[in-house]
Amino acid sequence: MDILRFITAGSVDDGKSTLIGRLLYDSKSIMIDQLAAIEKQSKNKDEGEIDLALLTDGLRAEREQGITIDVAYKYFSTPKRKFIIADAPGHIQYTRNMVTGASNADLAIILVDARNGVVEQTRRHSIIASLLNIPHVVVAINKMDLVNNSQDVYNNIVIDYANVAAKLGLKDITYIPISAINGDNIVEKSDSFPWYEGASLLHILENVVVADDINLTDARFPVQYVIRPQTDDLHDYRGYAGKIISGIYKKGDQVTVLPSGLSSTVSLIEFAGNEVEEAFAPQSVVLHLADDIDTSRGDVIVHSDNQPALENEVEALLCWMGNKPLAVGNKYLLQINSRVVKAVIKDIAYKLNVNSLEQEPAPAQASLNDIVRVTIKTAAPIPFDHYKKLRVNGGAILIDETSNVTVGACMIA
Amino acid sequence: MAFENNHTAWGDYLDQLESESIHIMREVAGQFERPALLFSGGKDSIVMVHLALKAFRPGKLPFPLVHIDTGHNFQEALDFRDELVEAIGEKLIVRKVADTINKKGLTEQKGKFASRNALQTFTLLDCIEEFQFDACIGGARRDEEKARAKERIFSVRDEFGQWDPKLQRPELWNTYNGRISKGENVRVFPISNWTELDVWNYIRRHHIKLPSIYFAHEREVLEFEGQLVATSEFIRVDETDVISKKKVRYRTVGDMTCTAAVESDAANIDDIIKEIIATKTSERGETRIDDRVSEAAMEDRKKGGYF
Repeated sequence: MDILRFITAGSVDDGKSTLIGRLLYDSKSIMIDQLAAIEKQSKNKDEGEIDLALLTDGLRAEREQGITIDVAYKYFSTPKRKFIIADAPGHIQYTRNMVTGASNADLAIILVDARNGVVEQTRRHSIIASLLNIPHVVVAINKMDLVNNSQDVYNNIVIDYANVAAKLGLKDITYIPISAINGDNIVEKSDSFPWYEGASLLHILENVVVADDINLTDARFPVQYVIRPQTDDLHDYRGYAGKIISGIYKKGDQVTVLPSGLSSTVSLIEFAGNEVEEAFAPQSVVLHLADDIDTSRGDVIVHSDNQPALENEVEALLCWMGNKPLAVGNKYLLQINSRVVKAVIKDIAYKLNVNSLEQEPAPAQASLNDIVRVTIKTAAPIPFDHYKKLRVNGGAILIDETSNVTVGACMIA
Repeated sequence: MAFENNHTAWGDYLDQLESESIHIMREVAGQFERPALLFSGGKDSIVMVHLALKAFRPGKLPFPLVHIDTGHNFQEALDFRDELVEAIGEKLIVRKVADTINKKGLTEQKGKFASRNALQTFTLLDCIEEFQFDACIGGARRDEEKARAKERIFSVRDEFGQWDPKLQRPELWNTYNGRISKGENVRVFPISNWTELDVWNYIRRHHIKLPSIYFAHEREVLEFEGQLVATSEFIRVDETDVISKKKVRYRTVGDMTCTAAVESDAANIDDIIKEIIATKTSERGETRIDDRVSEAAMEDRKKGGYF
């Protein structure tokens, strides 16, 4: 049993919350007291039936306004898998929340209202899925009951979406007709779509292969913390604690510490208190080096024959999340894994229209939710991989040094 | 002898959750000057100690354990706490709500189940100030409650400990921004992504010891609105109360005033897991009297500085 992290993109109008409510309800992850609580609220709202959408709205303001503002995480399990849902709002003013939810997702469910087909919002969500490099996409064509479960309607949407996907370079797309409100094709395959040959949504979620998404080729180990007990019996113990974000490390491997470039060999690997011959992503381990070279938090230990880029100027697609605008010349802190360096925005090349994917002329300033192509200069070199190639070592955040707030997400190009 | 580590055999959901939690704990150690681990004596904080040992051994833990003692604890939980601290040789700081009440002239709740749950926040904030803690690691999980489902893993609190759900920092990938201004602190929740069942399965897999009250035992309880509350000096027993001896266990361990027991014969972890899989009621719904006050009870308490 492994974990699938997925994001649901769509708005309340698309039936997103109903879909999540349905998955939780039909997989028996909702308990009686939670159901009683939403029953009470549903009655408060003078709606006859239980409103499954209420399950996902966590904050008072959200319940009052009937909208989702922030990302909520929901959990359910089947005997095959543990599922972590990042439930993100769909409207354009919440692009940053969707980007946040998408950053860790293995899979995105893109909800399309069968009555409306592929619309601006569908394209925006797909663009974000593509920008964040989510490996798997399920296009759930919802409200099929409102179009008489028509195969023609479904097929036309599939053709339209395939065009969008081709432009974006999205891979591994699965299409499915559903009716979230009736539970059709959610947990069990429904009789409503005799022409549909695929599996139910839950079956798809249970069986999509995610183990292969972990990169076991390019070894990257950001050092988080140095363990030095300095006791009598462990006087010389010096272990580098961190999580292997990609690749495999073996005892005896020739490694280089970046950014210093100093080399050594792996002399010992500890995992859960045991000495091991090899360790691999995504294990949290302790590495020891044969030589006493200067290594501390923020450094990355890599194989000497497979090194990431090491630059002090990077190009990135940047999703701006700050309330104050971004302008050329602004200074921030850039954090990539455990490494934090000072950074300055040198150039804004263009703004990406998140509805059409067109490149628009560079604005003087980028505002909240804008996605812009930028050049960032850093005060010290950073080891990185291209985001499209290695997501875990190509994503960085920008921090406003004066407010300490996270204001940007960079996908290094 | 080298232990075999095989990447086709490793990597199920519990392994992944463990690795994620260890990563978060190490981020705390790497980013903060004076962190602390809030330890309640419940199963979640016991699992957290287990994870911390995995993250930092053979070194010392880079933070003390801190117990905010309401004075309404189960004795079994206190005994267990002391034994655990003794066994691992780490530092424990205890601050008592009773002392805060005396020193600051706080007013205690009245009534049948007069709880110090709300007053804990005062002691916690005083303790944070006393030791200048900049990060407090807690065992809250997002599956517990719908306000918690929205909270970040690194959750910034102002100098009054307040959570502002609308001003949360975006938290991307596995990159945690723990930068704060003086006076602020961060609450860190390494087991955010675990569910109740994940915690129990992890306890079973790693043979983690728990206080005896988690297992079925005979106890004198009174029935209140369908919940079973242990009789103790901390609650008011009225003449009309029906008191009986029942075989019960605790699904969560909080204060004696606000934690309810469940009837059970489950005497070992396997049986407990079977019962949890079969149960139709959520953990907090079944056992926490304090969450029943309003739809937004937890959200309000968190905004006020609660864990």
